[in-house]
Amino acid sequence: MTRTTSWTTYLQVTPLALVFLIFLVIPIATIVVVSFFDYNTTSIIPAFLSQNYEELLFSSVTWQTYLQTVEFALMAWVLTFLIGFTLAYFLAFHVRSATWQQVLFLVCTIPFWTSNVIRMISWIPFLGRNGLANMTLMKLGIIHQPLEFLLYSNFSVVLVYVHLYTLFMVVPIFNSMMRIDRSLLEAALDAGASGWQTLTNVILPLCKPGIAIGSIFVVTIVMGDFVTVRMMSGGLSSSVALMMANAMSLLQYPAAAANAVVLLLVVLMIVAGMMRVVDIRKEL
Amino acid sequence: MTRKLTVGRRKLLKGAGIAALGSVVGAPTIWAQNNKNIVLRQFGTGVSNLNDIADKCKADTGITIQMTALDSDACVQRAVTQPNSYDIADIEYWMIKKIWPAKVFQPFDTKKLTYYDKIVPLFKNGKLKPDSVIAQGTAPHTVGFVEKPDATTFAKQETQWFTMVPTIYNADTLGIRPDLVGREITQWKDILDPKFKGKTSILNIPSIGIMDAAMICESAGIMKYGDKGNMTKPEIDKTIEFLIKTKKDGQFRAFWKTFDESVNLMTSGEVVIQSMWSPAVAAVRSKGVPCKYQPLKEGYRSWGDGLAIAKHLSGPQLDAAYEYINWYLSGWTGAYLNRQGYYSAVLETAKKNMTEDEWGFWMEGKPAKGDIKSPQGAIMEKAGAVRDGGSFYERMGHVACWNAVMDEDRYMVQKWNSFIAA
Repeated sequence: MTRTTSWTTYLQVTPLALVFLIFLVIPIATIVVVSFFDYNTTSIIPAFLSQNYEELLFSSVTWQTYLQTVEFALMAWVLTFLIGFTLAYFLAFHVRSATWQQVLFLVCTIPFWTSNVIRMISWIPFLGRNGLANMTLMKLGIIHQPLEFLLYSNFSVVLVYVHLYTLFMVVPIFNSMMRIDRSLLEAALDAGASGWQTLTNVILPLCKPGIAIGSIFVVTIVMGDFVTVRMMSGGLSSSVALMMANAMSLLQYPAAAANAVVLLLVVLMIVAGMMRVVDIRKEL
Repeated sequence: MTRKLTVGRRKLLKGAGIAALGSVVGAPTIWAQNNKNIVLRQFGTGVSNLNDIADKCKADTGITIQMTALDSDACVQRAVTQPNSYDIADIEYWMIKKIWPAKVFQPFDTKKLTYYDKIVPLFKNGKLKPDSVIAQGTAPHTVGFVEKPDATTFAKQETQWFTMVPTIYNADTLGIRPDLVGREITQWKDILDPKFKGKTSILNIPSIGIMDAAMICESAGIMKYGDKGNMTKPEIDKTIEFLIKTKKDGQFRAFWKTFDESVNLMTSGEVVIQSMWSPAVAAVRSKGVPCKYQPLKEGYRSWGDGLAIAKHLSGPQLDAAYEYINWYLSGWTGAYLNRQGYYSAVLETAKKNMTEDEWGFWMEGKPAKGDIKSPQGAIMEKAGAVRDGGSFYERMGHVACWNAVMDEDRYMVQKWNSFIAA
């Protein structure tokens, strides 16, 4: 290791620092500043008011919407984790040949060759009142009335989240699993651990960084989503980002900015919570 | 993408359009051809931002119109926040109420508008016929004039300074699936029939959705409004309260935001009665699914679009803008829009560009003698069909309310959010 002089170090971090400054710090600072502005139907008026925050935080609608969004995030997280972990486990430990691992891993990514929106919208004709799912079940005589909850409900919203974001869980968890030294598993077996004990005492703890990364992906995406909620709930449910979109569409930028700041804080707290449980850097 | 795809269709239509025009009026009007290098950038709602119009304008006047279609909300944003990014705004009347005070437009001098005198009086004094009652909401004539070119408030009566030149308007009502409703639909409140539980929808664009909701509330006798287009806080509260209750009872299947969502809800049978726009009804029918644009006892919720010019336009650009707008009202476009089921602002010139049968069907409520075709040549209605709601005077004469911006806009949106979140 040669010591570099301090100015070269500064030079090296400058590009990244600039990128962060221009594309992250300045925009967020702008949002924070605007969140204190006043507004009317046509213009934004520079001011320093707490009204936007008061209207936001003292409204039961905000709390309901945040609760709903957190609920979506939680359900999506549990399901993507269970499915993602199982898939990754299968790929990492049951598929023995490296070639097949690669092939099957690629198969997992195939849905991602089409756009997010297409994959989402495709569910609508499938789940509809006269959709494929209902038709099939009726033909088979399992149900006699179409199941209305399949579409335009919280069910369809969560279903689509799981469909869209499970891969974000699979990839980091699979990555963590591949790094596990196989001799540890043999050692566990030799020590008399059952399959389940090996899973819970050896594999799961060693996958924690992967799980944390996947969780951060899924939770942050769902917390900030508005397209899926609007399309799949048929406008019957709301999310925090949808609230912002509604405000922005009526040029109420300061109100949306205040909401954005609050959402940012909430999401940062969630992520900080995850980082406390798992130190991603230490275990990578 | 879309631009490339439409080239083939455009060329085809250009030929067809000129041929049709030639056959109707003998020969196309000759316009000044010194506009070769003039380009006007226009944005607007998808309704009238049609490539066919731009192509025909180029052929007739030499002026190139670059069109960008945006949704309603984006239009207001673009107009106010990026005033140098456009020359002409193709927007709705309620939007100008919001945009005008931002000083991004300049008014038209009515003396320079060739067809000003022939514009339907609805846009000048709010009355279709001298004895008509002025509808509630942001009626176009209330935001149509200013006293002075630089005034930020609207004039109370007709002046020389016209904020927008009206181009296209229509009367909206509920669309129904006549094959699935199984009963007579006559009033706005029929959407609340328990029989249609989980099979109805209204639109989720707060400024328009609240008006449909108001029509429904008033019809059901829940409450009476002073002005549906400018509700008071208690009126908003009560309307939203009622909507939330109806939503919790499971009356609504979904709320739609875009044209295609409304078409899909109807064609798939998810809903049987809902808020709809007239071309959406046509789109459902063109798929072979029965759909009716049901006239209702309480009247229609109406909207109007017009063209406004940006403040920065001057010199040859401004002259070209006037020429474009004069061309717009000269008949070809009017006929084109009438054939889509909308109405044109100058009826006289549009009539000259339509066949007697077309005029009879679209404007006079007469049964079609032959097949009625869309501007693209597709058959829209078979011979013998009668337009839903009847004639122009029948439909536009029964406008209960215009699309509007309320003074309590900010409050209304918060409330609307609570309705969606409930």
